Amino acid sequence: MIKEVVIKAEKLTKRFGDFIATNEVTFEVYKGEIFGFLGANGAGKTTAMKMLCGLSSPSSGHATIAGYDIYKHAEDIKKNIGYMSQKFSLYEDLTVMENIRFFGGIYGLTPKHLKAQSDELIETLGLQAEAKKLVTSLPLGWKQKLSFSVAVIHEPKIVFLDEPTGGVDPVTRRQFWDLIYKAVEQGITVFVTTHYMDEAEYCNRISIMVDGSIRALDTPSALKQHFSTGTMDQVFYQLARGAQRKAD
Amino acid sequence: MKQFISFIRKEFYHVFRDRKTLLILFGMPIVQILLFGFALTNEIQHAGIVICDYAKDETSRKIISKIEASNSFEIQKMLPDHAEIEKSFLQGNTKLAIIFPENFSKDLGHQHKAQVQIIADASDPNTATTLTNYATNIIMDYQQELSNERKMPLSIVPELRMLYNPELKGAMNFVPGVMALVLTLVCVLMTAVSIVREKETGTMEVLLVSPVNPFLIIISKAVPYLFLSVINLIVILILSVTLLDVPIKGSVVLVFAESVLLIITALSLGLLISNVTRSQQAAMLVSMMGMLVPTMLFTGFMFPIENMPVPLQFISYIIPAKWYYTIVKSIMIKGLGFEAVWKETLVLIGMASFLLLVSFKKFKTRLNEDA
Amino acid sequence: MKDVVLNELVKTYGKGSVLAVDKVSLEVEQGELFGLIGPDGAGKTTIFRVLATLLLPDSGGALVTGLDAVKDYKTIRKHIGYMPGKFSLYQDLSVEENLNFFATVFNTSITENYDLVKDIYVQLEPFKTRRAGKLSGGMKQKLALCCALIHRPKVLLLDEPTTGVDVVSRKEFWEMLKGLKQQGITILVSTPYMDEANLCERIALIQNGRILSIDTPENITKQFPDKLFAVKADNMGRLQQTLRNSLWIKSCHSFGDYHHITFKNKSLIAESEWQTGLQHSGMLGHIPQYPQIAALIQTLQESGFQDIEIKEISPDIEDCFINLMN
Repeated sequence: MIKEVVIKAEKLTKRFGDFIATNEVTFEVYKGEIFGFLGANGAGKTTAMKMLCGLSSPSSGHATIAGYDIYKHAEDIKKNIGYMSQKFSLYEDLTVMENIRFFGGIYGLTPKHLKAQSDELIETLGLQAEAKKLVTSLPLGWKQKLSFSVAVIHEPKIVFLDEPTGGVDPVTRRQFWDLIYKAVEQGITVFVTTHYMDEAEYCNRISIMVDGSIRALDTPSALKQHFSTGTMDQVFYQLARGAQRKAD
Repeated sequence: MKQFISFIRKEFYHVFRDRKTLLILFGMPIVQILLFGFALTNEIQHAGIVICDYAKDETSRKIISKIEASNSFEIQKMLPDHAEIEKSFLQGNTKLAIIFPENFSKDLGHQHKAQVQIIADASDPNTATTLTNYATNIIMDYQQELSNERKMPLSIVPELRMLYNPELKGAMNFVPGVMALVLTLVCVLMTAVSIVREKETGTMEVLLVSPVNPFLIIISKAVPYLFLSVINLIVILILSVTLLDVPIKGSVVLVFAESVLLIITALSLGLLISNVTRSQQAAMLVSMMGMLVPTMLFTGFMFPIENMPVPLQFISYIIPAKWYYTIVKSIMIKGLGFEAVWKETLVLIGMASFLLLVSFKKFKTRLNEDA
Repeated sequence: MKDVVLNELVKTYGKGSVLAVDKVSLEVEQGELFGLIGPDGAGKTTIFRVLATLLLPDSGGALVTGLDAVKDYKTIRKHIGYMPGKFSLYQDLSVEENLNFFATVFNTSITENYDLVKDIYVQLEPFKTRRAGKLSGGMKQKLALCCALIHRPKVLLLDEPTTGVDVVSRKEFWEMLKGLKQQGITILVSTPYMDEANLCERIALIQNGRILSIDTPENITKQFPDKLFAVKADNMGRLQQTLRNSLWIKSCHSFGDYHHITFKNKSLIAESEWQTGLQHSGMLGHIPQYPQIAALIQTLQESGFQDIEIKEISPDIEDCFINLMN
């Protein structure tokens, strides 16, 4: 069975003056995959992700997201992806419903479709009692889950998650991944970065960036075998230890 | 299009849920209309005037009674000798003096022409011009009246003398005003922002949890700006004297001393603002809005304070810059000494002490509760 | 001597509307390396700020080196080193300038206590003229630690020092802490990372302002109430659902490449099912004292799972935390 490629990056590079943040990064992501994009802080992960989301233009190299060229069709890419980061998710001074309606609106959902989606969303997350409350009053874990649901409300082809579970309690973290699994069942491809090594295990394949380049790309079990170790933690540590970019 | 509407709706939510912004949006225009519509005017009323009437005859008395009847003037004193005119100006409240020469009526009768001397305090050239015009108009009115009565063209020529600022240079007025404005604003803004910046980055937390006396933390923030403001002052003075021909008739040392006093007052105000704001943006906003507009409007160099409704006059009393402006004008333009300005100086000292005391008390050696 | 004591500490925000710390009591012995483990919003930062004398408690007591945090704050501030989140350095001062500044703030100099920070500072030395704002997260962390140590404090309060820092620096940081402990400094650290809990001598698990448990990591894991098993199969997503639907399973949580499960009490399982299990256990020759396992494997096989693996494991702190949360 030929797997459909939803993300294709070829020698994607980003330079800031003399500094090469992302260096000829090349990889493919298949439809329906959970792809883990790992790397230490400063390794070039965020820069790479921004390019893939159409938020930043590459210095050189090429990529296709959901079939769209990142140079020529950046706007079309944005219509077909969802995005969620730890830093920003929802508007704190709007209510849950207002946030859902707003994001549904900008993703172009019809009112009927939006109503169906938001009802289901609230049902799934159990937020019936909180629907009219300001987001700022929700605990962090609920915000994260709501944020993710809103990011996929328009059933995009790919959703990009930038460290979505940082600082969240262990139970909520896992509930979050339940949501990810559900999304995958609906055919959404998930591109996620995380610092939790156990979450790396939930991914179908992982890439690890060090000093701007991808140093490893494979399934978790293959990586563990290659590095002769039982945990992803060890794999990561071995790769990251040799990093040059520690003082930048 | 639908997206656009979503955005608009969201923006409305943000606006209506942000009380502070709403206050500015609606409150500010209302305040401004009221202020500029009712309160601030260049029209002058009840200006203090002294008259030296050497003529003491019917014509001069008629003119004097017209002046008395006019709303624009309030006769403070009838002076027996014109030598006392200068003293009256120096004491502060007199804006205009009129001298009727001994032969006033005689000259009118015989030569159909007489002179009147009008002396104005031109340290505020705008006021001086306005008042001189008012006086001249009254005199011209009477001239017309008398001409009609006597069925003969008569001419009363006012001889104008502008004291302290014969060329009616605006700079005389606005340089002290600008000094007041600049020193106040810079000091308030810079101290407030600097302290709040430490709060924002979190370094303030670390400093608080140390044996350092918070007193010292604050003083150390104020010192560089004190120093820089003095340099600022020197530059402004040099520019004013060389390029704008503004004199420093009085003691330069006194000017500096009073300026340092204003700087300290402004720095204390900055400290106070930093105690109650949490972000640099808020500090800047409060400093700008809270200081810039009132200082400009109520210092007195743009709009005469005496002509504002009484409540607004009270507001001007609490603006440190107003007192400083009066002091500096007296020293620089009128050449007066400490004896003339000690009252205002005392007020400034009082303000500085009060602000320093309050900001020290309010400086929390702990964090805000909802930090 | 107990260097840190909290006694039924209560702290609310927003005029009582948010209960950040709910009657927390704990003690830290002198020279101990103590960890406060919990997610964001658990109340860790609030507790640190009370101990650092920056916040006043609503009620309850806080003592640092035996002194009251409310009344004797001036003395306490001479003897503690505090590293708040965000590292709190002067971004536009260099490494050297930062260190010098904090040394003078505490009436000491770099040379006086150099031995204490030497091991950490040597890593920073090549960058000593660089502005602190231009350092990487790991370097900032080390600098902030030096600045907190430079006056040889008795107690170190480190609020989430490893958050936002790369994995290598995190490990190095804990090595440094162990080294400091040997100098006799009492260290109280907070972290949301459960795996770091094992690096502490004793820990307190905290969630929603309440303490779930205080003990050594070992004892806490020993107190895990059930036997813990790890299960794996070819389709982990479906496996989780199947396990959750199973009548035998008490709890099921994903942990990387295995799911951790516990079984329900025998008494909660219907007698008939128990009998079925016993039957199958003999057939499969599998850990006979746990008929549930046999039954489970049977069920899984029938559902079409392959490469099934089940083994007994000892619980770690995260397992305990989840268990205590419910």
